[in-house]
Amino acid sequence: MVEQIIFLIISAFTLTMAVIVVTKRNLFHAALALMATFLGVAGLYVTLDAGFLAAAQLLVYIGAISILVIFAIMMTRRLMQTTEPAFNAQAAFALVTAVVSFGILFWVFYLFREFWPLLPDTAVPLAAKPELPPEMIQNSIIVMGRAFVDPAGYVLPFEIASVLLLAALVGAIIVAWPKAEDKA
Amino acid sequence: MIPLSWYLIVAALLFCIGLYGVMARRNAVAILMAVELMLNAVNINLIAFWRYTAPDRAVGLVWAVFVLTVAAAEAAVGLALIISVYRRRDSVIAEELDSLRN
Repeated sequence: MVEQIIFLIISAFTLTMAVIVVTKRNLFHAALALMATFLGVAGLYVTLDAGFLAAAQLLVYIGAISILVIFAIMMTRRLMQTTEPAFNAQAAFALVTAVVSFGILFWVFYLFREFWPLLPDTAVPLAAKPELPPEMIQNSIIVMGRAFVDPAGYVLPFEIASVLLLAALVGAIIVAWPKAEDKA
Repeated sequence: MIPLSWYLIVAALLFCIGLYGVMARRNAVAILMAVELMLNAVNINLIAFWRYTAPDRAVGLVWAVFVLTVAAAEAAVGLALIISVYRRRDSVIAEELDSLRN
């Protein structure tokens, strides 16, 4: 019961902040709400017993990506002004599309309600969390690290991710590099 | 006791909010922020499915970390593009970036 209340509070906080992100006209306020959304998602990770992911979320999203976004907002003029319209001409159509998308998703959940029950129940699988194995409680990071470098696990995606990060770094520097003719 | 479907519904709501932001916002930075919301929704789904169906293996955590990596790379490249576009055209309004039209 307490767990459900905590979950509902975190979810309500996350979704409220997400709505502020997409509706606030002042982009700097939207970026602050984005940080709050990331914090709420980290809280959801904690309720799912993924402590390392929650810490990585705090470091990567709140620590790095939010700061990048705020830098971009501050480096580009006109963004902080509140006189510009925040939405384009198709905003109403976009709202309808988003609501219909959620309606379809929820309809699918409802169709498969026998597979993943909508109400908590300890007797039915997927209606309550299964027991976490002891090695995932004590050293889930070790299990994860072994999976990353295990040839039978995820060593190839791991290496590809490192190459992707390097390529993105080099690409970001080259794209943002000032051209000689721009300075004139 | 929280059923899996609650997490899926929260993730679906977050995804649809991000979808609305991507389609309705004029500013390129705001569009990028909405994309980050959608990526977060995907990560909630991955972790929730891992916790409920395969908590004895690291598979869900591993893929969530990959999504995190790709999101970081995407944010870096996207913001570099926005800075570059702003430097050349003095605008980051997505509607005004139409030099590839016609």
